[in-house]
Amino acid sequence: MKYFVLLAGAGEMPAWDDLTPEQQEADMAKLQAFDEACAERDRVEIIAAEALGDGQTATTLRTRGGEMTITDGPFAEAAEQIGGFYVMEAPDLDTVIDLCRVLPAYDIDIRPVPDMG
Amino acid sequence: MTSTSDPSPTWDDRVVTDAYRAHWGRLLSLLVTRTRRFDLAEEALGEAFARASARWPIEGTPANVAGWLYTTAWRLIVGRLRAEEVAGRKIPVLAVGTGWVPAVEPDRIDALDDERLQLILLCCHPALHRDSQSALALRLVVGTSTEEIARLCLVSSATMAARITRAKKKIVVAGIPLASPIDAELRVRLDEVCRTIYLAFTAGYAPGSDTELMRADLAGEAVELAEVLNHLVPRRPQVQALLALLLLQHARRDARVSEGRLVTLPDQNRSRWHHGEIAAGLELLASLEPTDGYAEELRLQALIAGEHSRAAASADTDWSTIASHYLCLETLTGSPIVRLNRAVAVAEADGPVAGLDLLEGLETDLPGHHRVFAVQADLARRAGLIDLARTAYAAAIELCQNQVERAYLTDRLARLTSEPTV
Repeated sequence: MKYFVLLAGAGEMPAWDDLTPEQQEADMAKLQAFDEACAERDRVEIIAAEALGDGQTATTLRTRGGEMTITDGPFAEAAEQIGGFYVMEAPDLDTVIDLCRVLPAYDIDIRPVPDMG
Repeated sequence: MTSTSDPSPTWDDRVVTDAYRAHWGRLLSLLVTRTRRFDLAEEALGEAFARASARWPIEGTPANVAGWLYTTAWRLIVGRLRAEEVAGRKIPVLAVGTGWVPAVEPDRIDALDDERLQLILLCCHPALHRDSQSALALRLVVGTSTEEIARLCLVSSATMAARITRAKKKIVVAGIPLASPIDAELRVRLDEVCRTIYLAFTAGYAPGSDTELMRADLAGEAVELAEVLNHLVPRRPQVQALLALLLLQHARRDARVSEGRLVTLPDQNRSRWHHGEIAAGLELLASLEPTDGYAEELRLQALIAGEHSRAAASADTDWSTIASHYLCLETLTGSPIVRLNRAVAVAEADGPVAGLDLLEGLETDLPGHHRVFAVQADLARRAGLIDLARTAYAAAIELCQNQVERAYLTDRLARLTSEPTV
């Protein structure tokens, strides 16, 4: 199955720029550990992985009654700042949850990517 | 097909009902783990039971009831799978975890414990909403009808059907796997399963907003689920403590309501308690060692229920022991509800004023909770603080949502007003 894993900086995870260089290094090591754990795990593959610009750099498009408006983003006025994402192949949800344990203390949303084939 | 009995005009429909109670869960577990499809398995098994109702009265009850039901359901499934194959449809199946082994043709249906445990763990996966977990587990593992689960949870049948459908869809789409967790993980998962079962049980005793005071018959379904779990994973402290607690509490069901009114513990007719169930609960409880975490929480609650059950009459209750169990429970959980119950126990052991002291500030920890005021009113009345009792009864009546319980409180307030002031 294909999964979309969204990393949000809420809870115990401050914004990346607020971290000390040492903390940033420690978190980089955790992200590296995640990559390695995925590479070692049977039937698991990271298809895409990106860190995103912070919410202040987002642009939001909304279409209402056929009219598209463009505004300063992000659209979710949530406490969570979306930090990055993975798209990965894994056999099941428990495998993804297990692998995510090594990541920094992000709040994480795991969504299945439905197979449209 | 083998028949052991001749068709009889006095054929009892309970044969099918009993077969349903005895075999639904394990047959469904087997069919789900073999097909990895909820829809096929549930539909085929439902149809197999329908055919049993139609045919057993005429053909006689088969010697191997479970085997007959299984074979009938499996043939229906094979037919459906062939039709799907011909139509070229690809239908998503349940994911499976590492180390999962598909179920095989059973030699003995009653030996299907692994499949049943996998199904319970699947239903109670933490990625599912807690309310959906208990609903799914009751539906799939015990075979409780959707209508009954809806009544238990005080929602409409349509709402409950939609909730169960959503949960099944999430399991398949999100890839929640059938799995046999390793031991360390199993402990955490079993805690979750026990929490889910306990919540379903308490739902049966929670007063509704209507005149139906409780639905204790349906709480019995949760007790059965706990019994199944204890059979599947024997000697697990949290599961044993849960079962002891549920047996002890559920044994009092018939004495809790009389003529549409709530009967509190001291006024219950103890001859209406199920003493066999109490003995079973106490025996199980006696075998448990002190532990930690959720298992200890359940054990302490069971010890408290056990102290009540042991007392031949209300006046014989060992309130000091109960109060000390509550103190341990409060230390472990920090729960304001536990504090409230502890206040009641302390009042019985050391007098109403000692109990009132423990209620201090609880109304802010439990906002909108009528029981804080109901307890305060009762203790104040017994301490001779009539003004405080009157105010507290009024506050409790205003907050109480259940008609039956409100009638009880109103009656108490009226008697207070008519009694001469001490």
